[in-house]
Amino acid sequence: MSLFSDPRWGEALAHLPDYLGNHVRVSLTALGLGLLVSLPLAIAARNQPLMRNALLGVASIVQTVPGLALLALFYPLLLALASLSLAWFGSGFSAFGFLPAVLALALYSMLPVLRNTITGLRGVDAGLLEAAQGVGMTPRQSLFMVELPLALPVIMAGIRTAAVWVIGTATLSTPIGQTGLGNYIFAGLQTQNWVFVLFGCLSAAVLALAVDQLLALVETGLRQRSRLRAVFGAIGMAALIAATLVPSLVRSPSSYIVGAKTFAEQYVLSALIAERLRAAGLGATTREGLGSNVIFEALVSGDIDVYVDYSGTLWLNQFHHTDIKPREELLRELKATLAQQNITLLGELGFENAYALVMSRKLAEALAIRSIADLTSHAPAMSIAGDYEFFSRPEWAGLRQAYRLSFRSQRQMQPDFMYAAVAAGEVDVIAGYTSDGLIAKYDLVVLDDPRHAIPPYDAILLLAPARASDTALRGALEPLLGKIKIDAMREANLRAAAGDGASSPATVARWLWEKVDKR
Amino acid sequence: MTAGPPLIAFVHVGKSFDDGRVKAVDDVTLEVAAGEFLAIVGGSGSGKTTLLRLANRLIEADTGAITVEGQDVRALEAVSLRRRIGYVFQSGALFPHISVGNNIGITPRLMGQDAAATSARVDELLDLVRLDRAQYRDRFPHELSGGQRQRVGVARALAAKPRIVLMDEPFGALDPITRDALGDDYRSLHMKLGLTTVMITHDITEAILLADRIAVMRAGRLVAQGTPSELSNSNEPYVSELLRTPRRQADRLRMLLPRETGA
Repeated sequence: MSLFSDPRWGEALAHLPDYLGNHVRVSLTALGLGLLVSLPLAIAARNQPLMRNALLGVASIVQTVPGLALLALFYPLLLALASLSLAWFGSGFSAFGFLPAVLALALYSMLPVLRNTITGLRGVDAGLLEAAQGVGMTPRQSLFMVELPLALPVIMAGIRTAAVWVIGTATLSTPIGQTGLGNYIFAGLQTQNWVFVLFGCLSAAVLALAVDQLLALVETGLRQRSRLRAVFGAIGMAALIAATLVPSLVRSPSSYIVGAKTFAEQYVLSALIAERLRAAGLGATTREGLGSNVIFEALVSGDIDVYVDYSGTLWLNQFHHTDIKPREELLRELKATLAQQNITLLGELGFENAYALVMSRKLAEALAIRSIADLTSHAPAMSIAGDYEFFSRPEWAGLRQAYRLSFRSQRQMQPDFMYAAVAAGEVDVIAGYTSDGLIAKYDLVVLDDPRHAIPPYDAILLLAPARASDTALRGALEPLLGKIKIDAMREANLRAAAGDGASSPATVARWLWEKVDKR
Repeated sequence: MTAGPPLIAFVHVGKSFDDGRVKAVDDVTLEVAAGEFLAIVGGSGSGKTTLLRLANRLIEADTGAITVEGQDVRALEAVSLRRRIGYVFQSGALFPHISVGNNIGITPRLMGQDAAATSARVDELLDLVRLDRAQYRDRFPHELSGGQRQRVGVARALAAKPRIVLMDEPFGALDPITRDALGDDYRSLHMKLGLTTVMITHDITEAILLADRIAVMRAGRLVAQGTPSELSNSNEPYVSELLRTPRRQADRLRMLLPRETGA
């Protein structure tokens, strides 16, 4: 199969109008907002050293915050503001997706615009400023007729830099719920779909270059007083904006939104849920790649309608329990807690995706390790790897305490690479996931947890408050409850991570539906 | 010429910079009569440019009073004051991003004059400063020679029909021949339009050749003023020093270039 006959290119292309449209919308809105704030600030600060230094200092600090973190920070901030607004004015707003993305990206765009505008304006020849005064210009006339036109090339260079930065950074807004070209990249990385990753990177790069060139056209048009160029540039930008508005206008507003976190299993399950809803004649779209901290709040505020979470995750992370209860009891309490927030726990899907300590079969057999308890004496000579959150999660603290574990070294790894690493002997133990298909693929063993240090992680279906009594939705989803077995889920996850033409979440979801017991 | 009320008057004017550490203009009293061509001569740092800028409030005086056409400049709105006084800057200071025509028409445009009238005025001014209308009005400043640029600078200063023109070393950066031609051309415009001109120069020869009267400044103070012949009788040592060069040059020129006889 040649590179371009891969069906995933076609699948990627099918998402393009939606992803590109959203990407352009969020980037240009952020850039526009950034300009609206930065330009007047830069103009006001240009002759005031204190304000100028303060502004540039703050903007530089913002720039040093990694884009992903900045975007993630805006979500809880807006969430707090939204609840304040609800309390004070009786109306809230959605802290999900567009708004936090626009605000964070606008903030991100400010440094190049501020710096170049200030530099450009201060670079205007003092003799010309005096001439502007001398011929009888007011300060305002001098600004608009002399200073800004002369500083234009430098200012435009800043705007172009900001545009490229914003378009690039906007790919990171997927986890806070803003659809964009980042969806290709996040989905691709999670499901080993390198076609998607490549497609996302390329389309973001092409978009950045296109916007940069259009702005360059506007700039040279303005500078050379060539109406034609300026008009072409402006028409190009307008066409870009118009083209991106079309898909959002034709999208049906009444469809259900299915959320998915940032890993392969979630992509498959959200595709399965969307497929079931469509089969029941309900409209459905998916919102994928949402951060685990974002997705629950998005459900509470109704930005998404349904998603799959895991009992232990909610128990520990969302409700901050430190004790671990037996499975049934934990589910019962969780259901009651969720009900207080008007969230419906519709039921369990039938499998668990728990953390588990995993080793290669060879090493485990050589050392006669069957359970975590057997690991205690070997641990000081061993290394362990986990995903980016594992070592800060309560179950790691619980495990260490329960089994007196003390490893020689611990590393954080991209989950997809952990299993290969433990199979290859690069690390001795990994904190894997029980539903991961790679466990079977690499012939790894899951160590028992006789002291129940790791809480149960039943996959559970959650419904948004507004959907609590939606019988059509419940009816479409009930056939899934209790019917997805761990073996089927592992196989599905393995297929989703295969990185070939048949590994798209939709294809795997259809395979999984075949495996579901439909009696 | 010195009869009648002065058009511009400086009375005990003082201006210092850097919190009073540098006295740029120190207690200067000077009158410029209507129709007069006054040159202010001095070395760099003598305060001559500061004095000129005080007249149209590009700089504000610390002490003393300045009147223009009998009105105290502090009582006037600075922007409208500047619009009614022409100002020719060193080396032109034309706006590089707009055409020659737009540079010349800038002040009338700022004053709200309509485009047709401004355009007619621009053509008239191009004629006055002896630049071809068709050839120059749509060019940009970087396409002009130094002399042409300064002609545009003069035209821009005259655009709003001012009675007063202030010139800051207008011909300083030009080659001697261009400078001479431009000086003569301006002098005849001064006469023809009945202007009152204050020109700053560091070149006493230029001042003698163009101006009716010369004011000499040194270290912020006005050390002498008068017609060239009045100055030549001054016993102020700095004035004698200034006049030494043109005198010696004149003597040498007379010796080296005998008058063309007959022919």
